Amino acid sequence: MLPTPSTSHVSFDNVYEPSEDSFLLLDTLSSASEVEFLKTRFPKNEAVPVIAEVGVGSGVVLAFANAHATEIFGKPHVLTLAIDINRHACEATRQTVEKASTDLAGSQVSVGTFLGSIQADLGSAMRSGVVDVLIFNPPYVPSEESLADLRDVALSEPQFKASSSAKFERDSKLLALSYAGGADGMETTNILLSDLPRILNERRGVAYILLCAQNKPAAVMEYIKSWHANWNVEVVGHSGKTAGWEVLQVLRVWPDNLPHSK
Amino acid sequence: MKILTLTFLTCARKSCKPEPTSYPLHPTSAELEIIPVDFNPLFLRALLPRLDWPTLRILCEAFGLPGLQEEAPEEDALFLQPEEGGAMEDVEVQGEKGKEVVEDVEKKGEEETREASQLAKDLHHLLLETTMQEGKLVCGCCGHEYAVKEGIANFLLPAHLV
Repeated sequence: MLPTPSTSHVSFDNVYEPSEDSFLLLDTLSSASEVEFLKTRFPKNEAVPVIAEVGVGSGVVLAFANAHATEIFGKPHVLTLAIDINRHACEATRQTVEKASTDLAGSQVSVGTFLGSIQADLGSAMRSGVVDVLIFNPPYVPSEESLADLRDVALSEPQFKASSSAKFERDSKLLALSYAGGADGMETTNILLSDLPRILNERRGVAYILLCAQNKPAAVMEYIKSWHANWNVEVVGHSGKTAGWEVLQVLRVWPDNLPHSK
Repeated sequence: MKILTLTFLTCARKSCKPEPTSYPLHPTSAELEIIPVDFNPLFLRALLPRLDWPTLRILCEAFGLPGLQEEAPEEDALFLQPEEGGAMEDVEVQGEKGKEVVEDVEKKGEEETREASQLAKDLHHLLLETTMQEGKLVCGCCGHEYAVKEGIANFLLPAHLV
């Protein structure tokens, strides 16, 4: 098993702490079947793929993909990019990626190249077609809160003179942004999905999206298949069976070569 | 944020995306910092096909960095060619070695015994070591300014622009 990056430097007061869902993504990306799929999709001698994780949180998943690029993609020649709406998460991830790479120093293993962290709403700042591998562990918990109100807190600057109760409120809202998904826990995921065909490279692109049972994964899969006959979706990871139902699933979403693409 | 990163980003506003002027975002009042990265010519070789050369030329000019050549370099330009490497003595022995190298390349697709060129070193420095720490990224379409602070660009739009 590949080592899990350390996140001991991260303050979990306002950044999502690696949990079962994060670990399921690590296990899925490094599973024999996904390694096989990724190595085939990104042959050794072809151009460097861009791996972008949306909503990186502590950065544990992206740091894992970056540090273990040789094992997962069959080559160290990958670019990784971190995106989060929460600036604290952007900062934490930069450190997590750096630490995971230096922890391997001396082991003669080459790691990927980290492009940096950007603070953004999902894939909104990405150019069309530039992402080859998109990883998304969404805020998937069904919630009643207004996501627009929560978003406002990410726009605001932290106040250094804030009272402890004001700081607590701000931190709680930032954390809520990492798990609260609105109706069916799908409000944020649906925005990402609607932009996915634009962001992903139409020839090489593949997305790994985590869902929970309340997200109605079967309906999500039907929705993706309805985009175009060339879009595929498969469950490639799951965990936490309760009464026969998998609580968490990882979907792999990818287009087949479109007829007119290069 | 590396200079290379800017070639993957655009304005966060939906209405700007179809407009060619929204890419690249134009850096202003930029503070650059060099953060050393291990030099890896094999990585550069794999990166070359992904480079948007005309955009990199625009960015270099915007940052006031030394200009890039007009045409994107070929893979061979990243390495010193054998004749530049000096003496061509012991041709027979070298021929033997050359043969082994070719086989290696076919086998592993990784081997590269040639020495990296100055161009490779310059590109490494520009793309991977030069980072934008402070400043603004301005959309050429809507004029919106995205702030970069401590190396992290903020693409969050105020609610009325989303």
